[in-house]
Amino acid sequence: MTATSAPARSGPRTADQHSHPHARRSRLPFSPWHFVLIPATVVLLFPFLWLVVTSLETDPEALHFPPILIPHTIRFANYSDALAAAPFVRFFINSAVVAVTTVLCNLVLCTLAGYAFARFRFLGRTALFAVIMATLMVPFQVTMIPQFIITKWLGVHVLAAVGINHIGALILPNAATAFGIFFLRQFFRTLPLEYEESARVDGASRLTVLIRIVLPLATPCLATLAALTFLDSWNNFLWPLIAVTSTNQMTLPLGLATFQGAHNTEWTLLMAGNVMSLVPMLIVFFIAQRYFVRSVAATGLAGT
Amino acid sequence: MAASVARAGVRRPARSTVMRRVLDSEQFNGWAFVTPGVAVILLFGAVPIVWSAVLSFQKSALAGDSSSVGLANYRQLAHDPVVGEAIQHTLIYTALFVPGTMLAGLLLAVAMNRKIRGITIYRTAAYATMAISTISEAIVFIWLFDPSYGIVNYAFSKVGLPQQQFLNSPSEALYVIVAMTIWGWTGFAVVVYLAALQGVPQSLLEAAAIDGAGPWRAFRKVTLPLLSPASLFLAVWLTINALQLFDEVYLSTQGGPLNATTVLVYYLYDQAFQQFNFGYASAIAYFLFLIILVVTAVQFWVGRRVTFYRS
Repeated sequence: MTATSAPARSGPRTADQHSHPHARRSRLPFSPWHFVLIPATVVLLFPFLWLVVTSLETDPEALHFPPILIPHTIRFANYSDALAAAPFVRFFINSAVVAVTTVLCNLVLCTLAGYAFARFRFLGRTALFAVIMATLMVPFQVTMIPQFIITKWLGVHVLAAVGINHIGALILPNAATAFGIFFLRQFFRTLPLEYEESARVDGASRLTVLIRIVLPLATPCLATLAALTFLDSWNNFLWPLIAVTSTNQMTLPLGLATFQGAHNTEWTLLMAGNVMSLVPMLIVFFIAQRYFVRSVAATGLAGT
Repeated sequence: MAASVARAGVRRPARSTVMRRVLDSEQFNGWAFVTPGVAVILLFGAVPIVWSAVLSFQKSALAGDSSSVGLANYRQLAHDPVVGEAIQHTLIYTALFVPGTMLAGLLLAVAMNRKIRGITIYRTAAYATMAISTISEAIVFIWLFDPSYGIVNYAFSKVGLPQQQFLNSPSEALYVIVAMTIWGWTGFAVVVYLAALQGVPQSLLEAAAIDGAGPWRAFRKVTLPLLSPASLFLAVWLTINALQLFDEVYLSTQGGPLNATTVLVYYLYDQAFQQFNFGYASAIAYFLFLIILVVTAVQFWVGRRVTFYRS
């Protein structure tokens, strides 16, 4: 990081002050913004770091004051102990099944409904769409009690797999979302009609037009919806807390919370469990970082 | 009309033609396409809205006692001292969390909106907080703020501050929850502000510099107004989430110590699924809904006046 290379690196697209006269006042060989960014990054990353350190310490070292920042002996057995104390692999599989199924259901159901609301004129369309928009405004806490009663009833009278205490109960109520339908409808409305019309003239059915013509154009939009739905499902806590009580049906957040309740003073065990719970998501997040970041940015920009 | 012309002109059996016409109509396809998704939303979204309104005028549903009690639940709500405390805690929390997260996000996004060495590491560190669940976040922060062995108390001792009880102290617990949730939401705020900053045209900043505006003045007079739509979005979005705070409270304090962190949704959960007072809990839920509506309406009303839209 030298004085000569610093201005050369800042490209024309950035909002850096390199083109301003004020920038020349700086005598530092590097950008002064590092003074903001380095402490901030330490604060942002330290909890992660401390989590990993504690998960590898022995109990006497973890429960030592002042805290031991670099453990003398690395104890990987905390991880096997945590796995023996709670079925984290089961939690992970449950979370993955719930999240992936929820994403797939949303992609299919919201695409169909969003397209119909965007393109077809049918009896009751406006009223139906208004009802869906109304549900978008209401917080989950208002609907959760009846949702619990309905889910319980469904499990007893219709299908046990979607009832209370089954992971199906975590999928079905979120299989389609008002947000997803609205989001895709808005996108479909921006597409030019010509492609769809010419395919129709060639004799394609409406479903074929949707699959062959419209969906390829909607891929970025579908990726955004998939990323948002995945994050929501993966981190959902309140509904699983209400709907699931037996350990083998729990998702990661709920399993981890239950584990914390049972071992709330065994810090090394708890941190090992915590590391195992968040590492898979961190990996997925970094592989698909572009999509996650873009989707969050898209909701932000759409809201403005 | 088109159908009758086609039927008259074609020799094929009329039935299959009618069938095909129906199967190809906007009416049929419209309903066929929307039914699965809409059924889910009606069953788990729309019906429960009405149902919980009905419940809020009843005694309780789980015990089988669904006798109407009129406005008794709402009257109880008005006189329940815990509700008063919960409102207070929820509002204090929101008033600290929302501006705190926005400021942290804005500062970091402005700092990161440039090509300097290590920018990928800085950005990734901020984004990483988006990948961590509220539960993982809460467990780590309970450990960081542990009164006996926590590293925060160690840092306090290093700089000569007295040891704190943090989550065990009725006067401090809520602020620890504010700190952990700001940390957890910073990545989100950074992403939204960074996206908005990319939309600030460089030419405007250059024009301001030519007119003699320093960087701070240019930021206040050019950048900040152009960011105001993003700020309004964040303010509304974060407020809605703040008023629904639950996970961190459930995990770290269970509303304690001495109700010091009992927020509305925690009390609602407690009434609904610990005490099984579905009727009273539904009244609390509708009350929460009212608060969210009023607060966001005020934000939009104020926001309209101070937000600058370029188009």
